[in-house]
Amino acid sequence: MEERRKAIQDRIREEAKELLSKKAVDLIIGFGEWTLPLRTTPIFVRNPEGADHLIWNSFCENNLATYLHKFSHFKVGVVAKGCDARSIVALSLEKRFKPDQLYLIGVPCQRMVDRRRVKKAVKGEILHAHEQGDQIIAEGEDFRTELKRDDFLYPSCRVCTHRTPTQANVLVGDPVEESPLAEAHPEVKEFEKKSQEDRWRYFEKESNRCIRCYACREACPMCYCTECFVDSSNPKWIEKGFSASDLEFYHIIRAYHQAGRCSGCGACERACPMEIPLTYFTQKLNQDVKELFNFETGIDPEAPPPLSTYQTEDRQEFIK
Amino acid sequence: MKLKLDKKDLGSFLQNLMDEYDLFAPVQLAEGVSVYKKIDHPGEVDLSTSNPQKPAKEVFFPQSETMFRYGKSGKQNEMVSTEEVIRERILFGARPCDIQAVSITDEVFLGKEYTDVYYLNKRKTTTIIGMACDHPLSTCFCSSTSGGPFLRKGSDLFFTDLGESFLVELLTEKGMAFLKNKFFKEANTKEISLAEGIEEKALKMTDASVPVEGIDKRLDLMVESPFWGRLHEKCIGCRVCTYLCPTCHCFDIMDETMTNGGQRVRNWDSCLSPLYSQETSGHNPRPTNRERTRQRIMHKFNYFPKNFGRAACVGCGRCILYCPVHFDIRQAINWTSAKRLKLQRGEHSTNP
Repeated sequence: MEERRKAIQDRIREEAKELLSKKAVDLIIGFGEWTLPLRTTPIFVRNPEGADHLIWNSFCENNLATYLHKFSHFKVGVVAKGCDARSIVALSLEKRFKPDQLYLIGVPCQRMVDRRRVKKAVKGEILHAHEQGDQIIAEGEDFRTELKRDDFLYPSCRVCTHRTPTQANVLVGDPVEESPLAEAHPEVKEFEKKSQEDRWRYFEKESNRCIRCYACREACPMCYCTECFVDSSNPKWIEKGFSASDLEFYHIIRAYHQAGRCSGCGACERACPMEIPLTYFTQKLNQDVKELFNFETGIDPEAPPPLSTYQTEDRQEFIK
Repeated sequence: MKLKLDKKDLGSFLQNLMDEYDLFAPVQLAEGVSVYKKIDHPGEVDLSTSNPQKPAKEVFFPQSETMFRYGKSGKQNEMVSTEEVIRERILFGARPCDIQAVSITDEVFLGKEYTDVYYLNKRKTTTIIGMACDHPLSTCFCSSTSGGPFLRKGSDLFFTDLGESFLVELLTEKGMAFLKNKFFKEANTKEISLAEGIEEKALKMTDASVPVEGIDKRLDLMVESPFWGRLHEKCIGCRVCTYLCPTCHCFDIMDETMTNGGQRVRNWDSCLSPLYSQETSGHNPRPTNRERTRQRIMHKFNYFPKNFGRAACVGCGRCILYCPVHFDIRQAINWTSAKRLKLQRGEHSTNP
């Protein structure tokens, strides 16, 4: 585990150094060390020496594809996990980039650690945390706790079946076995069994603590509309206040806009300061898209997203 | 005179208050997620987290607030005022950073030139019961922003958690009104010295080294600095830091009109949103995230000190804790005091 991580990190640095030395890219977007335990931060490296700041561990949770909109006029190298790469493929299909504008340094992902669950599992503030073998060692003022890494993974990572980026320009580690740790979307399956009233009540309760910071929207690489429907004042689709219907409306539309476009990375849920389980929606949509159209986002760089195309074999039971 | 409240009496004490006051306190909405809100039952009060996600400013300046309602009553047009606060209120359990932040929003809403009636009415009818911060987090830097985990200024009553009881200090006229409260007992010297020990320990725990002092002067020279070009890079432009900030106070006014009437509301707004500075013509003087990030830092650490004599930051650390991409305002402040900004092409953004 340890050696593998270190090897990947070294390869990322090597690749970045080389790309920057021969000026094949203007910058590399990757992960760097940061001030808080259980976290890393996106960094932007512009010269070969800076490449040594790039790191790789189980806390590289952001989907870096979201930054590509910011650097649309540059040649960019991206450190991409399976999900980041899928988002990039989906964005390419939507013609967000010119061919050859991007260089994907693909990392077969070991699945990321859910920092909130780690925090909740210990008493007191975690001041230092690191990985050791298959453990996470969390230390505070008066405690040292060892936790089994695989028990603290993000839900979206547990069910992931595309950890190795398929469309990367280079892979900096051996491909990993693509078997999920949990049955695909177990929460969704459980949730589907509930009555419609119960499901609605749950959704109402969860969405009602939304503070409309739009962190879910901004963290998502697929949310790039020039004007989001919530920001439009003419026509005004939605009020800016906190009535239940406005909050619910926002979350329903945001999720539906992702149908056939979501890579299931979970960035929206991780970004939410109020810990609203947003991936319930997107997982369900991904599952439906798979069942109805046999489509998974960002796997086939030629296949257009099902909701923007038509095929004669599309299921049509809804036409009565 | 120092008093105490036994923890076993806390529920009855709060219940008793609720007979007379609207009580606002930290409430848990989900595991690890809490806010200040009006409570219906003392059991809802949750003092387990040092600071709820949303700051106590919400008690005086709600995220969404109706300014008035309008409509038709028979053939007459009608306007209904919503300014008045009917019951006296208590804010219970706010930490010193959030209370210090109230003195900052006071400068804006109760300033010399303009008084905001909605804020004023809530402010003057509210008694603040502060709760000492006995366990500052590693992200806390209130000692760098002329605050502190035991800062009493702004509280009418001040509680310190002693384990089995709270030490109670009555600090203002509003606080002295509680002198005869039937749940308060006299504290003994042992309890008083216990509290002093907790205070001493807490004071050592917060970071006093963040160079907030003099930052306005430093920023004066940095308006066009390439610093901003690097600083903003990782910001994704959400509003978490501004909405969860106890001192951010910008709002936007909207009419919500239905067929037979409607209401005028004001909602929190954020300088990190492109809409914030969008003009009717379509021109946006802060066209990119660079200018917006600069506005956030400049307003807090340059414009505000110029107008009101202190930085609009109380060091609560929420923006550090909840930022989806881990922007750390302490680093930004530190960098402004770096002797030479290393901004040659090649330095990555976390190290300008």
